[in-house]
Amino acid sequence: MTPAPTDKRLQVTDLSCMRGDRCLFSGLGFSLASGQLLHLKGHNGSGKTTLLRTLAGLLQAESGEIRWNGEPLRRVRQEFHAELLYLGHLNGLKGDLSAVENLRIDSAIRGQAMSEQAAWQTLDDIGLRGYEDLPSKYLSQGQKRRVALARLWVNRAALWILDEPFSALDVAAVAELQKVIRGHLERGGMAILTTHQEVELTSGEVLTLELGVGRV
Amino acid sequence: MAVFETLLWIVRRDVTIALRRRTDIFITLVFFVIVVSLFPLGIGPELDTLRLIAPGVMWVGALLASMLALEQLFSADHRDGTLEQMLLTPQPLSLLVIGKVIAHWLITGLPLVILSPLLGLQYDMSPEALQVLMIALLLGTPTLSLLGAIGAALTLGLRSGGVLVALLVLPLYIPVLIFGAGAVEATASGLGGQAHLSMLGAILLLALLGTPLATAAALRVSAD
Repeated sequence: MTPAPTDKRLQVTDLSCMRGDRCLFSGLGFSLASGQLLHLKGHNGSGKTTLLRTLAGLLQAESGEIRWNGEPLRRVRQEFHAELLYLGHLNGLKGDLSAVENLRIDSAIRGQAMSEQAAWQTLDDIGLRGYEDLPSKYLSQGQKRRVALARLWVNRAALWILDEPFSALDVAAVAELQKVIRGHLERGGMAILTTHQEVELTSGEVLTLELGVGRV
Repeated sequence: MAVFETLLWIVRRDVTIALRRRTDIFITLVFFVIVVSLFPLGIGPELDTLRLIAPGVMWVGALLASMLALEQLFSADHRDGTLEQMLLTPQPLSLLVIGKVIAHWLITGLPLVILSPLLGLQYDMSPEALQVLMIALLLGTPTLSLLGAIGAALTLGLRSGGVLVALLVLPLYIPVLIFGAGAVEATASGLGGQAHLSMLGAILLLALLGTPLATAAALRVSAD
């Protein structure tokens, strides 16, 4: 486990993104520092997912710049990805592998090998006792989401980018996830997330960014 | 060696998945067996003709069979989001690509190599020719997987990806086909196939150096 991240910084200046011929947003800028959470709001199709994918480095921005610790993203890609945990709409689980195998392989390809015991323990902690061994295609939507989110419990990345993390989760799981996000921020981490649900996020510093305002 | 360990994890992951859904392996293998067995049935029991066409037919069968499973190489990972996660790891993407290609070859290439001498018997091939055929396939099929990965990555997420992969990749397979079949023919005619086998080995090394980078670049574009 790496020590708690400090003085990390994500800066975005004058960012614009296109999907097809349509400009989703332009001139977007913000800065995110240790211990801060950015809550991204906006109606359907306002470009929240596109922005998150662009920040993660999966999409190319039309113009503008993203800087990580003051360096342009494309120059520090490996360092950035070592500190990034991205969770999109897709859970990123292999249906033929069990929850334990999924979690261990996911950690291993990030270069943080995980013992089998640790994987069992983590899945136990997030309420999947008795399902660790089942091929994950037999799990329910909410359970799959929990396995995907288990990465947050084991990974000590500085920046979490979460696209609708609360979807398909039950009330108890939502509360637990909020606790984990809060803990992450208290340790000096950063998080960017979207959610349509009205959730009490953190006691820490919360920034809000609304996309697609004033447009029909 | 962290890098080597990651490679092993990827290979182990893909092989485990393939072993749990065996149909994919069987489809490739059965396809190869059927294609190769149709020719003796269609041409009739003229041993001279069969011996003549054997290397070419075996190799074309191997090309088509290895292409059959290509579409699945990245598309399954693309659908369930694991590819996305791989793109965002601090590891070099070409390393993950090599891991996936090794697994693909173990699943679809190696069984063909092992089965080939048995199928070669239908064509009355000599023991020496069978031996060279096996070595040639052993050197050639990994190249097929490596080259095919570029096509699979480029056509990721397209609707008629399967057909497009064939059009993209089959022309690239031609050198492997020429030297692979040539090795067996040269052995059968008494010239010895060493030169052809060396060429196959050289092509494999070149492919191993160049294609993972190309595939990784194609994946970044296609994952959009």
